[in-house]
Amino acid sequence: MPKAMQILSVWLALMALLAATVVSSMLLQGTAGLAASLVIALAKAALVFWFFMHLREENGLARIAATGAVLWVAILFLLSGLDIVTRGL
Amino acid sequence: MNEITRLREPYPTPERQQEAAMMGAYIFLATEIMLFGGLFLVIAWLRYSHAPDVVAASKRMHLGLGALNTAVLLTSSALVALSVAAAREGKPAPVRLGLCGATLLGLAFLAVKAMEYRFEYREGLLPVPGSGAALSKAGEHLFMNFYLISTGLHAVHLTIGVLLLAGLLIRSMAGRLPLPDRAIVVTVIGLYWHFVDIVWIFLFPLLYLAR
Repeated sequence: MPKAMQILSVWLALMALLAATVVSSMLLQGTAGLAASLVIALAKAALVFWFFMHLREENGLARIAATGAVLWVAILFLLSGLDIVTRGL
Repeated sequence: MNEITRLREPYPTPERQQEAAMMGAYIFLATEIMLFGGLFLVIAWLRYSHAPDVVAASKRMHLGLGALNTAVLLTSSALVALSVAAAREGKPAPVRLGLCGATLLGLAFLAVKAMEYRFEYREGLLPVPGSGAALSKAGEHLFMNFYLISTGLHAVHLTIGVLLLAGLLIRSMAGRLPLPDRAIVVTVIGLYWHFVDIVWIFLFPLLYLAR
């Protein structure tokens, strides 16, 4: 069953990324560590969305519906982040 | 992918019916992303403005238990994905096996989390009456508040997910889940379970790995 092989490969990639994030937290500190852990978390989330949550099989409209909230969270982070960084809140 | 063979009103084609079900589930999950997004923003702000306190508190978390729980959830997600694949092919036996495994892993996650809360309570870390004495700085207290709120909210979602998976398993064993006709039910509940997994994927590094 090729589908099972695909799921197994994604699972292996997710476990490897979990190991990577734990190791990177031991090596990196501060902003670099935060950036590394967030990039790895985004990669894991992307794998889950793309393969397990069927975005791979869906059309463009469904993909936009599924990931639209990511854009809104990005706006939330960007505008709040600007305030926090530039106004010393 | 066309997995609905029984067409219902008001959909003209099975494809449209399938699309509507997936779209509804994705939009519901988008509202959940916004809910947790606000929490993530506050944790990120705390990390930026009170970095030493956050790192000090984060170092006291049980990293091993957090990593174990991450592995448990990632594995449960893979089992749910296998169940969905089997449901679409109309094979009930592997569907039940996958659902059973994922339900047990969900319960294992909750058990480990409860054990962790107990350790933290005893160590004086939890911001609840009778604990919290081990923390001296305001930033550490705030971090532990967000830790309890965000992991608690995640545990509530996970509990709902376990109930959904168990309900689906019972429904399948009672013979009330014709496959592949109703594979969409497995798919949509699977989407919710994967989302709960994704929330933990972000909570784990933000809470346990701040250095």
